[in-house]
Amino acid sequence: MDPLKKARIATVWLGGCSGCHMSFLDMDERLLELAGLIELCYSPLVDTKEFPEVDVTLVEGAVAADEHLEMIHRIRARTKVLVSFGDCAVTGNLTAMRNVFPLEDVVNRAYRQNSDIVNGIPGGGILPMLLERVRPLHQVVPIDHFLPGCPPPAEAIYTLLRHLILGEPLPPVGKFG
Amino acid sequence: MTRIEGHAKITIRLDDGGEVAGAQFHVAEFRGFETFCAGRPFSEMPGIMARICGICPISHILSSVKACDALLGVDPPPAAIVQRRLLNAAQILQSHALSFFHLSSPDLLLGFDAPPAKRNLFGLAEMDPEFARRGIRLRQFGQEVIERITGKRVHPNWGIPGGVMHAVTREIRDSLAGWIPEALESVNLALGRCKTIIDTYPDEIEFMGSFPSMFMGSVTADGESDNYDGRVRITDATGAIVADQLDPAKFFEYIGETSESSSYMKFPYYRPLGYPAGMYRVGPLARLNVATSMGTPRADAELREFKDRGKGAVCESFHFHLARVIEMLASVERIARLLDHPDLLSTDLKARALLNRREGVGSCEAPRGILFHHYQVDSDGRIEGANLLIATAQNNLALQQTVTQAAKRFVKPDKLEEGMLNRVEAAVRCYDPCLSCSTHALGQMPLIIELRGPEGELRDRIAR
Ligand code: SF4
Repeated sequence: MDPLKKARIATVWLGGCSGCHMSFLDMDERLLELAGLIELCYSPLVDTKEFPEVDVTLVEGAVAADEHLEMIHRIRARTKVLVSFGDCAVTGNLTAMRNVFPLEDVVNRAYRQNSDIVNGIPGGGILPMLLERVRPLHQVVPIDHFLPGCPPPAEAIYTLLRHLILGEPLPPVGKFG
Repeated sequence: MTRIEGHAKITIRLDDGGEVAGAQFHVAEFRGFETFCAGRPFSEMPGIMARICGICPISHILSSVKACDALLGVDPPPAAIVQRRLLNAAQILQSHALSFFHLSSPDLLLGFDAPPAKRNLFGLAEMDPEFARRGIRLRQFGQEVIERITGKRVHPNWGIPGGVMHAVTREIRDSLAGWIPEALESVNLALGRCKTIIDTYPDEIEFMGSFPSMFMGSVTADGESDNYDGRVRITDATGAIVADQLDPAKFFEYIGETSESSSYMKFPYYRPLGYPAGMYRVGPLARLNVATSMGTPRADAELREFKDRGKGAVCESFHFHLARVIEMLASVERIARLLDHPDLLSTDLKARALLNRREGVGSCEAPRGILFHHYQVDSDGRIEGANLLIATAQNNLALQQTVTQAAKRFVKPDKLEEGMLNRVEAAVRCYDPCLSCSTHALGQMPLIIELRGPEGELRDRIAR
């Protein structure tokens, strides 16, 4: 990346719990150091209208609703290096646990059986439609880096960002056995 | 919608004359925890339920292990209770620090009309690096307490049915106690700033959720705030007690839930008053309104001053901000006290039993309000039913009224502008809503505000 310009970074939440974003904030004071190296262009932490052209995007969460599907394609088209950020993005994890049940049962349980008054069942119209199957990101778009963990440790996020921005080496890949 | 924890939309409706008639707040995500837990052993619940929310995983773990304690029919040993109380205070501290410094301060300190690109933590760090650094470190202190005791900051394996897993060593205790002076200093700084700033926003105080409602929070028999094991007190807008010492294990007897097609977040209500008249608020503002005392000296002095802002109860949701800072102070004081507790270092951490009950409820005060987990199991301890009543959802009726009030005051129907949009959004942000919790789901999408005419036709739309 051009060393004279700040790297343009985005972070996005799809179907996840925000824990991966919390781990991002767990970089603590290193955030202030990173502020000198990056411009956070789009994130739940900042106010931006449209997803812009960026160098790196970290995407937390799985693809669980029609809007996620649209969003991930838009992100891919505008991102140079796309990082699948955390286990929900990488494998589906908790978010995909509903896949073994028909979607209708999942919705009925929450909004019919566990309610006292049912004035309507959410979905459609102003609200996004849930997808029948939750999918990890790489099943929908090509991914450049996988950063696993539930959530990935702050240390790992920091190391990967410095690698992507400054070209610092990643630690040697571990092996089994 | 940005700088809130989740995925939301707002629609603003116009009447025939083109004036704002009302507004609705929609939550647009859903993950289905109640279903996929079915058939799994109850002992897995703390680990699974933590993943409802990365901001308050400890609160979900606490409500979950308390529901599991009830299934076993045991009382955890004293050291486990001290640890749980300590972690509860740390959870509230780190979440409130996030809400105040990282998410709300940019509006309060830089102004609602500041350029959007600056209105964030990094913009704040440019303007006042010391304040931003203190905020980051105060949140870090909460997270450090969690990490040193549980081994991990987010989603730790620590709480288990009947107790907790890891003992606290002297060394851990001492290293955490070393943080206290700085933490107190930072909270005092935030408190001073917050008090000076909020009074420069009279319009926001009056129009971002100022209306009578009931308030619900947890207290001891003496009315002292008790976030881990209190009983439920409900007061009204005059401060009068509506109900007191209600058993949290029987919450479903006095709280009902309504499903509406407009939101993935349900609408809880106080049963005796019905739906939607049974609107109540929970969280920092409600807890300060219902409590007679905080139980720690500095926070008590602040509580008395805070109560002077209301006539019986403080009914302005804008004051959630100040209430949150006062709760940060109480949390630091509580952490200091619990670190000195004689039972903290004990290694007797777990009460052992097999399954003794088929139904269990657990609750605690999460950062955003009281959080209930309710499980039913079969004779082998597999989950048959799970219902989660989440703090933010309990503010749903009040949130609807808040966006309506803010839209009527701040939105000029002929043309949507950024500053208006940010104010409607900031009205929502007073509640620090955690939408990952409330629908057990999360995903961030641009805030979409739609302006619709009397027939529902789209007039204007602004998104970010
Ligand atoms: S990977 Fe874990 S921490 Fe990240 S969104 Fe999923 S459940 Fe949350």
